[in-house]
Parts: sequence; C-alpha cells; structure tokens
Amino acid sequence: MLRERQIMRIHYITGLAALFVVAVHILMRLIMPFHMSLQYSNVIANYHNLPYVVLLESILVLLAIHGFNGLRIILLELRQNRTWENGVTISTIAAMIAIIAFGTRTIIIANGLGVV
Amino acid sequence: MRTSNRRGLFKTAEEDRNNREGLKGWLNPARYGWERVSYWLQRLTGLFLLIYFIGHIYETSSLTGGAGAWNAMLQFTETPWGHLFLILVIGTSTYHSTNGIRLIFTEAGRGLGRPGRPDYPYDALSLNYRQKSGIWIALILAAVAMFYGGNVLFGGD
Amino acid sequence: MSGIIKKISMLRTGSKHERSEKSLRGRSSIVLRVYRANKAVGDSAHYDTFDVPIQRWTTVLDALLYAKSYKDTSIGIRYSCRMASCGSCGMKINGIPRLACYTNVSEMESGVISCEPLTNFPLIRDLVTDFHQFFSHHKSVRPYIINQNADLRDRKELSEFIQSPRDVDEYLQSSYCIKCGLCYSACPTVATDTKFPGPQALAQAYRYSADTRDTGSREDMKAIDDKHGIWRCHFAGSCSSVCPKGVDPALGIQLLRGHMMSFSKHNKKIAELKHHSHGNQIT
Ligand code: HEM
Ligand code: SF4
Ligand code: FES
Repeated sequence: MLRERQIMRIHYITGLAALFVVAVHILMRLIMPFHMSLQYSNVIANYHNLPYVVLLESILVLLAIHGFNGLRIILLELRQNRTWENGVTISTIAAMIAIIAFGTRTIIIANGLGVV
Repeated sequence: MRTSNRRGLFKTAEEDRNNREGLKGWLNPARYGWERVSYWLQRLTGLFLLIYFIGHIYETSSLTGGAGAWNAMLQFTETPWGHLFLILVIGTSTYHSTNGIRLIFTEAGRGLGRPGRPDYPYDALSLNYRQKSGIWIALILAAVAMFYGGNVLFGGD
Repeated sequence: MSGIIKKISMLRTGSKHERSEKSLRGRSSIVLRVYRANKAVGDSAHYDTFDVPIQRWTTVLDALLYAKSYKDTSIGIRYSCRMASCGSCGMKINGIPRLACYTNVSEMESGVISCEPLTNFPLIRDLVTDFHQFFSHHKSVRPYIINQNADLRDRKELSEFIQSPRDVDEYLQSSYCIKCGLCYSACPTVATDTKFPGPQALAQAYRYSADTRDTGSREDMKAIDDKHGIWRCHFAGSCSSVCPKGVDPALGIQLLRGHMMSFSKHNKKIAELKHHSHGNQIT
C-alpha cells in the first residue's frame, strides 16, 4: 500500500504537471480563431497528430489521478468508519480508472477516423 | 460518552461527534482571515473543475459519433450560456492552479518564516503577507484570465 | 461579496489586540448573551442575557463571573488562572474561539457579547466542554522527549543536554501551548474528521521532533502519516489566527510536513550529554 505521504507527493506532482500540459492544450485553442479550432475536421486532425495525442492522454491520466484523489480526500474528511473509508477508496479508484478508460476510448476511435 | 446508534455506511466513529461544527461551519469562510478563504476556494474550485473535467470527457466523446454528433454537441455548448460557463472554468482553473502552487510551497514549510520567540500580541508568523499575497495574486490572475477569455469567446470571430 | 471581503480584511488588519482598543465608546455596561444547556436534565439549549457593568479592564471572564456572582449562580464556566496560563476558559466569544480571561470587552465591536461553548468539543453544560478526545489526540503523538540516554535513574552522575539558543528557538514557541483547544475548535478539518489529530497535537509532534534532545521519530507514526494524519491539514490558518500563545500551530505543521516530504532538509543533530563528575557537583 502506498503511504499517505507518497499519495500527497503524487497529488502535488500531478497538479504541477497538469498545469503544463493543460496550458499547451488551451494554447491549441488560441493559435487559430477559437471557433475554427473546434471545427470537426480541425479537431480530428489534432487526433492524428501523435504528440498531441500523447498530450491529451497525459492530461487525462494526470487530472484523473489528481482530481479523484482530491475527491477522496474531501470524502474521507466527512465521515470516519471502516465501511465509508473503504467505500470511498474503492469508488474513487474505480472512477479514476473508468474516466481514463472512457477518455482513451475517444482518443483511439478519433485517431482511427478519417478526416472528412 | 454517548455513542451514535447509526449503522453501516453512516455509522460514526467510536469517538463522539457531538458538537462538531460539521459542514455548516465550513460553509462560512469569512471568520478567520484570508488563508481560510483560500482553502475554501481551493476546495470549491477543485470540485467544480472535477465536474467540468468529467463533463468535458463526455462532451469530447461525441467525436466518436462522427461530424454530425460532434456538431450537435457544439450546438449545445457553443452558446452564450456555454461560454459563460467556460469563462467560469477559466477563472476557477486559474485560481486553483496559481493558489495550488502557493500551497505546494507553504505546505512544504516554505515562505512561512523560521520559528522564533513570539512577543505580545503573538501574531502568527505563518500568516505573513509574503504567502498571503499569493492568494491575492491568484484572485487577480483569475480575474484577468476571465476577462481575456471573455474577449476571445465573445469578442466576435 | 464586498461585505465578506470587508469582514475578512477587518479581521486581519492590525494585530489581534490593537484591532479595536477603540475604547468602550462611552459604554458603562454591556449585554452578555450566554449559551445555556444542561442536556443531562433534559434542558434544551437557549440563551440568557445579562446586563453587566464594565470598566476599562473588564475581561469577558470578569463579566461572566460578575453575572455568576450577582445574577445567576448556575452559569457553568470553567476557569482557573485568569491570566491565559491554564487554558481552561476557552469559549466562542462573538463566534470566534478565544480565552475569556484574555479578551477584554473593549476589544469587541458591539455592546452585546455572546458566549458559546467551543465547537468540536462535546458539550457538558453551558460553556463547559469535554476535552477527552482532544487530550487523547494529544497523547497519540507521544508528546514527550524520547531518548534512551536521558534516563537518569541508574546514573549516579547528573547529566544535562547541551543545546544552543538556536536549537531552542526551533521548538520554543511550540512549547508555549497551554492546551486550551482554541485551535482545535477553529480547524475546518477537525469540524468533520474525528480521527484527525488536530492542530494542537500535530504542533506538538513538530515540537518534539524539532527538539535536539529527542531521538524518537514521530514521522512514521500512525497518527501522523495516515489517511487521517498530518496530510489532512490544508493550511487554512484558522488555528494560528486564534492561538492566544503565539504557538502558530500551522507553522509547525507545515514545517513537519516539509521534513516528511523531504522537501526541506532536516538533519537534526542529536544533543550531546554533558557529564558531571561528583567532584564538580560539590563545588
Ligand atoms: C493545473 C494545475 C493544478 C495544480 C497546481 C493543483 C494543485 C492542487 C493543490 C496544491 C491542492 C491542494 C491540496 C491540499 O490542500 O492539501 C489541490 C486540490 C485539489 N485539486 Fe488541484 N491542482 C491543479 C488542477 C486541478 C484540476 C484541473 C482539477 C480537476 C480535475 C483539480 C482538482 C482538485 C481537487 C478535487 C482537489 C481537492 C481539494 C481539497 O483537497 O481541498 N485540480 N490541487
Ligand atoms: S496551539 Fe495555541 S490554540 Fe492550540 S491548544 Fe495550544 S495554546 Fe491553545
Ligand atoms: S482562566 Fe486560565 S486561561 Fe483563562
């Protein structure tokens, strides 16, 4: 089991790393007029660009870990008994995995789609 | 000591919760100074961003349905209300990440000063203006980012 | 929103006691609003109000004792030293945890002063609360010096530790804690988390681990490196803003966290023992 201090280190590191990748992700919306950047063809083109795909996947993983660990912290502080604590740990990890799986599915499928 | 008779998921700990302030006290951040406000906002913005993050993953999953589904989703999000929501996301994420950096330093004991020999009236060293100004900077940056985002989103094409 | 901002900045401008030494504004009496409840006899919570004459030097404790002496002898209060040393008279005064004996009525903005029992402590009666959990959290961090060499029972010679003033400064202010519980009452994590040791206990964990006489490591303790341990502090600073003794629990907690994360260096030198021979002692 991870010690709580290691989890906290992970929380800080994922937060900091997310700051950088999210900044790049948002800049992508600004290198061309915002509305154009959201056109289907432009978005699908993004998903064919391997560095960008890596960027998206890392945002997904980093924020899922950081965000759901944050939620776990908040919920643990609310109530203290074995059932609740185990429930919180299991469900936040499950949610973390689910969101990563779902997001990855989008990335893989969009990557396989042809540009119209 | 009295013990609670609630069972299962909502059972309280062995210790008595009697007279704990609970969430009710948590909701009012204005009693103890800026650090308490910073903590309160960090939590609310963190939760808000988590909800946005989940929504955003759902929103982009419409890509897998082809151009039609994607455009239908855009029709829903690319509206004045959708843009207002995005501006809120810009503000909260700017605040959360800037104050997050401040917290990474302070929670590691940086910028709080060295312990010493306090004198009357014993004002706390850790609540100094050096680290407190980080909260103000985060708030100002959030306002600036929201203003800029508003210009991009509402400022014509 | 602007109201909130005004309230916050009012709280933190100027030091705690300069804040409103603005005199009594010509007042010669105040109204005390005292929380009353004796649940043991089925008495439900209510407030009693008392008109109390005041002087420039009247503290909230003085005012309460006046009410107890001349108006209603059944008011339940706990106090002893009347000089911010014993830590018994903590209560919520106008919504904020303070020591009644250390709060002058002139510091309060209004002519009505409300006294309520400390939140986060189980209520016993009126203004008196139960410190049981609080003390057991305190004990859980082993708040004493751990050092095998310090056991003098089977040593004939007297020995003492050598500490420089700088070594002392590392922990001195944390050792001023009087266990009044104000910080514990103000803490937003303690408000919902019964297993969180709270600012007082964690500040004592810092106090002993920063002491060069101490060889025991508290950093691996269950109470500290746990999911309800030191990491549940989010630096909301409320503890330090109410502490009447300048302990600044938030400072100690963050310093200890830094050491535990190895973000800051913590190569504490253990103090040496100075040996005295019998000859020296006699002269
Ligand atoms: C991008 C830069 C970010 C940084 C530097 C950052 C940093 C932090 C820090 C330092 C904390 C405080 C932990 C504590 O007080 O103990 C925190 C809490 C949290 N963050 Fe982030 N964060 C970032 C982005 C995000 C995002 C995008 C989300 C949403 C998915 C998020 C969700 C949360 C949540 C839910 C919490 C828990 C709040 C709490 O414990 O009070 N964070 N973050
Ligand atoms: S740290 Fe300060 S507020 Fe907390 S119990 Fe000790 S003296 Fe009281
Ligand atoms: S009576 Fe001793 S601290 Fe107030």
